[in-house]
Amino acid sequence: MQRTYEVMFIVRPDMPEEEQEKLITTLESSVTGSGGTLKNVERMGKRRMAYVVRKFQDGIYVLMTLEGPGAMVHELERRLRVTEPVIKFITVRVDEEQKRLAKIKAIRESRAKRPAPAPAPAAESGAAAEAPAATA
Amino acid sequence: MAEETQQRTSSGGPGGQGGPRGGDSRGPRSAGGGGREGGRKYFRRKKVCKFCVEKIDVVDYKDTRLLGQFVAESGKIVPRRLTGVCTPHQRRLTTAIKQARNIALLPFSGRH
Repeated sequence: MQRTYEVMFIVRPDMPEEEQEKLITTLESSVTGSGGTLKNVERMGKRRMAYVVRKFQDGIYVLMTLEGPGAMVHELERRLRVTEPVIKFITVRVDEEQKRLAKIKAIRESRAKRPAPAPAPAAESGAAAEAPAATA
Repeated sequence: MAEETQQRTSSGGPGGQGGPRGGDSRGPRSAGGGGREGGRKYFRRKKVCKFCVEKIDVVDYKDTRLLGQFVAESGKIVPRRLTGVCTPHQRRLTTAIKQARNIALLPFSGRH
């Protein structure tokens, strides 16, 4: 069962760049090893957290979009939990939401297509009503 | 009607300071002044759901700027009756705010 997930995690702010890269590549290999694919990695950079986590005020946020089975998420979360520099993470399933969004978009497009020819005659009648008033 | 009186008392009470940060939905409350005796003292614009009006379909937990408008200074989620958000959107908003809190994008409670 292929599903789409978003995994966001925060690493400690004093982690060097190359170690972050190393961490991301190891996570990627764990994802591909358990039958998933890493679609996108977004490094959101260092930002202030809303509250103190493990005595850190800031954190480096990383967002990964991936596709794969639930077992992949289990494995990934286990890895994140045992990785020392990762201070927080969250997994959100997004495929249902994307499906819903696509449906709404389709409905909106079909609606936008239908009433398009309707305003034209209405505008004409309005002009016709105006014309006698102007001549009178 | 009962809801209206509740609103009036909540706006006058000490809870007034805990309103939404981007309080545009509550702003025009004092606008106008219908001086009808026995009737309503002031005109209140009908609140509309921001998500319906601006056609925001996905309430994303990463969008802190949007979510912040519906979180009070204390960190609490602002109730529907104050913001005018419709029920389906408030439900989505609530889950999004809770997810954002979990990943430290929004506070659980005020400033620490």
